[in-house]
Amino acid sequence: MADTSDLVLDVKNLKTVFFTNSGLFKAVDDVSFTVKRGETLAIVGESGCGKSVTALSLMRLVSDPPGRIVGGSIMLEGTDLLALDEAAMRKIRGNRISMIFQEPMTSLNPVIRIGDQIVEAVRLHRNLSTKEARNIAVEMLHLVRIPEPARRAREYPHQLSGGMRQRAMIAMALACRPALLIADEPTTALDVTIQAQILALILDLQKELGTGLVLITHDLGVVAQTAQRVIVMYAGRKVEEASVEALFAAPKHPYTRGLMASIPAVPAPGIAAQERLNEIPGTVPSLVRLPKGCAFAPRCKLAVKRCEAEYPPLADWGGGHLAACWRAADVAEVA
Amino acid sequence: MSEVLLEVTDLKKYYPVRAGVLRRQVGTVHSVDGVSFSVGAGETLGLVGESGCGKSTVARSVLRLIEPTSGQIRLDGEDITHLSKTALRPHRRAMQIVFQDPFASLNPRMTAGDIVGEPIAVHGLATGQALEARVAKLFEQVGLRPDQMRNFPHQFSGGQRQRICIARALALGPRLIVCDEPVSALDVSIQAQVINLLIDLQKQHGFSYLFIAHDLAVVAHISHRVAVMYLGRIVEIADKDELFRNPRHPYTQALLASVPIANPLAKKLAPLVDGDVPSPVNPPPGCAFHTRCRFAMERCKTERPVLMEAGDGHQVACLLNDGTGRSQ
Ligand SMILES: Nc1ncnc2c1ncn2[C@@H]1O[C@H](COP(=O)(O)OP(=O)(O)OP(=O)(O)O)[C@@H](O)[C@H]1O
Ligand SMILES: Nc1ncnc2c1ncn2[C@@H]1O[C@H](COP(=O)(O)OP(=O)(O)OP(=O)(O)O)[C@@H](O)[C@H]1O
Ligand code: SF4
Ligand code: SF4
Ligand SMILES: [Mg+2]
Ligand SMILES: [Mg+2]
Repeated sequence: MADTSDLVLDVKNLKTVFFTNSGLFKAVDDVSFTVKRGETLAIVGESGCGKSVTALSLMRLVSDPPGRIVGGSIMLEGTDLLALDEAAMRKIRGNRISMIFQEPMTSLNPVIRIGDQIVEAVRLHRNLSTKEARNIAVEMLHLVRIPEPARRAREYPHQLSGGMRQRAMIAMALACRPALLIADEPTTALDVTIQAQILALILDLQKELGTGLVLITHDLGVVAQTAQRVIVMYAGRKVEEASVEALFAAPKHPYTRGLMASIPAVPAPGIAAQERLNEIPGTVPSLVRLPKGCAFAPRCKLAVKRCEAEYPPLADWGGGHLAACWRAADVAEVA
Repeated sequence: MSEVLLEVTDLKKYYPVRAGVLRRQVGTVHSVDGVSFSVGAGETLGLVGESGCGKSTVARSVLRLIEPTSGQIRLDGEDITHLSKTALRPHRRAMQIVFQDPFASLNPRMTAGDIVGEPIAVHGLATGQALEARVAKLFEQVGLRPDQMRNFPHQFSGGQRQRICIARALALGPRLIVCDEPVSALDVSIQAQVINLLIDLQKQHGFSYLFIAHDLAVVAHISHRVAVMYLGRIVEIADKDELFRNPRHPYTQALLASVPIANPLAKKLAPLVDGDVPSPVNPPPGCAFHTRCRFAMERCKTERPVLMEAGDGHQVACLLNDGTGRSQ
């Protein structure tokens, strides 16, 4: 790596497993990535591919049992989070690293007023009087563009609309100005006009505060419109990583390519309507019974003998465009 | 448009809101507030709009699963709005529905084959071997193997379960299939399989779809015409290409500008509306969109725009430019 001075997050070979009745499986398998100050990294992939478990691992919030982080390192501003005990982690969580969720009520307490929740969050990490913390709370609600923030601060979560609750959760997550914000499908449950507002808000605040952002989504449109870099996950593994421009211009992994061709496009001037959507045959494999080689092999049009036997390593195809596929060089011609 | 199959005129569905110990009515939910549209034979009409705008209520009213407050529903020219249960029976065969949640809409204790065959048996159209053969054929049509007839719903993936629902909807040879968010719960790669299947089946059988989804790209892909709803009303209807390329209602324009396009070089997200959708309980008077519209005029607060022809096959409900909306 050339310049690592402004790295906020450096994850190396993260491995998180679950011990369940149906067996042991790796929900996150040997995943590495970095996030710089002010940068947005998108993690994209279909249901069950390990996006949320990756996020929860970064927060050290994977429930044990049944889950456990069994390998790798998570360097946040130079500190390895995996080396910290729970007391030390509590000082960092919500302070240097914060997370927002699809469902705001997972992080908002229904019986405490919005303002008081932010006050509590701030006072947990900073030595401030209630009055000072209260001012910060109102300021944060203002920052996330909640109208009449002083009045709203006295309301309970159920008195706010879905979009407003999402804003309140963002206000709380950013109150301590964390170095890294993890947003796990923050707009998936919202209507598209509200989603556009919330995404614009997150990106504005990130720019203003210089926060590193890990944005988890299954929506390639959201990726294209928000991220600088992307990692694509499939069955617990990172199968591709690239700048957002490189990924959309020429995906190197057959799965990414298939995914892109399977989403319909909104007709627009200059964009021809697709005749037929590309189908990726079959379904996502069960993590408990993963094939020995490439997990995508049973669904891959390009699969060859070798794919079933050996897992393809991540290789750099130039400019930091990584892909784990034996046939990445042929993808453009064949698929 | 080809011959009209379904015609809905000024459909309204209101629910009372009650509160207090006396359960006194304190308001009215205007779930559907005067909606008119038609669906041609072999045509797909897309119905889009944000959560709570009344899409499912329209769907359920059309199928007579709920009683509309007022308005008229005609199928093949016959008014079915007030038909009794028995008089409705032949029409029930003609109209089927596919729901969003393939998990909730299948009986877990029935085999997939029995689920698909049930409507045929109920209508007494076939029994025994003949029934079995018809179900096997339906399985093949939706891309399932006949030997899977003996399996139970939990043995199928989400996409396969939706195929079972589609096979069941096909069983009686319907003329109209109402699809209420049929692919919303599915993964992207599986969505494409189901969308392609729905399109292929329409090409083979020539039936019509009333296709509801909140994903504009999905609706754009599958529909011939698209109707946009806001707070219980249709604000614009047009041919698909016209609607997406030259939207005329300020809400349609805002909706389209909010869709994130899967191309980093494309125009950036532009939120064109502020604030939230108002409550359908006692919605704003005049144009229901006036609280969020950037072009609202004084008269929009009191005068309710009606859906009017606005040229190029658009029908628009907006007071701008003599009721024809605005070009972008
Ligand atoms: N607490 C848990 N116990 C057992 N298995 C779990 C647990 N949490 C997650 N998993 C499993 O780990 C895998 C990865 O799950 P994860 O939630 O990370 O998926 P995801 O990519 O976030 O999917 P989605 O898009 O549906 O949110 C899945 O197979 C899931 O079933
Ligand atoms: N039985 C009912 N009693 C009272 N209100 C109802 C009832 N059914 C629906 N509503 C209300 O009517 C409005 C329209 O609901 P509907 O389910 O038709 O919306 P929708 O467009 O399908 O939304 P979504 O996209 O979330 O499915 C909503 O505000 C809803 O809360
Ligand atoms: S390694 Fe083989 S099976 Fe896997 S994606 Fe590449 S070509 Fe397909
Ligand atoms: S009628 Fe008025 S408020 Fe409604 S969309 Fe048109 S300009 Fe906007
Ligand atoms: Mg998740
Ligand atoms: Mg609905």
